[in-house]
Amino acid sequence: MTNITEKLELFEVFVRSKRGLDHKHVGSLHAEDHEQALEYARDCYTRRSEGVSIWVVKSSDICSSQEDDADCFYDPSDDKPYRHATYYVLPDPVNNM
Amino acid sequence: MTPEENFMRKIENEEKIEPKDWMPDEYRKNLIRQISQHAHSEVIGMQPEGNWITRAPSLRRKAVLLSKVQDEAGHGLYLYSACETLGISRSEMIEQLQSGKAKYSSIFNYPTLTWADVGAIGWLVDGAAIVNQVSLQRTSYGPYSRGMIRICKEESFHQRQGYEAILALAKGSEGQKAMAQDALNRFYWPALMMFGPHDSESAHSAKSMTWKIKRETNDDLRQKFVDQTVKQIEVLGLEHPDKNIKWNEERGHYDSSDLNWDEFWSVINGNGHCNRQRIEHHVAAHDEGEWVRDAITAYNEKKRAKSAQNAA
Ligand SMILES: [Fe+2]
Ligand SMILES: [Fe+2]
Ligand SMILES: [Fe+2]
Repeated sequence: MTNITEKLELFEVFVRSKRGLDHKHVGSLHAEDHEQALEYARDCYTRRSEGVSIWVVKSSDICSSQEDDADCFYDPSDDKPYRHATYYVLPDPVNNM
Repeated sequence: MTPEENFMRKIENEEKIEPKDWMPDEYRKNLIRQISQHAHSEVIGMQPEGNWITRAPSLRRKAVLLSKVQDEAGHGLYLYSACETLGISRSEMIEQLQSGKAKYSSIFNYPTLTWADVGAIGWLVDGAAIVNQVSLQRTSYGPYSRGMIRICKEESFHQRQGYEAILALAKGSEGQKAMAQDALNRFYWPALMMFGPHDSESAHSAKSMTWKIKRETNDDLRQKFVDQTVKQIEVLGLEHPDKNIKWNEERGHYDSSDLNWDEFWSVINGNGHCNRQRIEHHVAAHDEGEWVRDAITAYNEKKRAKSAQNAA
């Protein structure tokens, strides 16, 4: 017997909890298509009005960097402390800028 | 409730408007004008500072300046993307910039004559931009507001590196101090003009305030900047360019001279020192980049054809 979830697509769910905020990843679910995924997401993730807007995206459409590659991916930033405001030492009376 | 009433209800309740919400045509137009103008300013703003990257006085200053200018390119991107959510394309915006239909902040039409100007820009120009952008974090349009929050996080470094650079000059030799004073004298006034005309003269202000696109008036924001800058000039040990600057106990603010509005309108209308050069440079850079955009499209088409062939 094949597992039904193998026949369904995996979707990632993003919920905007309040107008003005970013959509935030909350989890994933299996569904047949986008419409269905949206309804399932509503039932699964916003039963207590957790959101005002939901995005569903096919997991296979998400291209992500690998954490194992993090070193060489982000390493070029590590030797640039001057990109941070705290790097600059200013006299006290004007240090609030 | 009509769509219009529902829209106003959200605005009044401090709820953000999101891209797929109904919004009045004028609201959309107003936003496109303001956000695209802001994006163009970030991008054109790279030129006056870029002018000094190869001539920065030390490797450290050069790395800092490179990072700062790189951030501004990023700010342009955040803002173009926010603007695109309103239904205008990137190429339309660029066309409007290059044809002069869209404006950018007139401050970037002033030349950077000395290294001290780079310090003055970070300190004063980014400083003024921060005052404006902090206020815009509360703008009513969601994508614009989120863009502003991201940008503000990055701006503090810009102002601090500028102040640090000009502080070094102000505490340096007589010649260096004179250079810092000269940069302050030239950039102080145009920085104040960045906040736009007086509220009474500002064509878009009233509507923008009702719709909460803008949260504070041009004059209020300018006053904030005037107030915060006094101490900063004092710490540098430089002379304040405004001889009429005076604390007003009653208002709780500094009184200051009125600005040279003829200069303001003249620069906006294309007659600043560098207006033509800025646009020409943008057009040239854009044209020189054409082959890169073409190559990307060609590569994508090739890949698509290949995967279609494999699927067949
Ligand atoms: Fe910026
Ligand atoms: Fe900046
Ligand atoms: Fe900016």
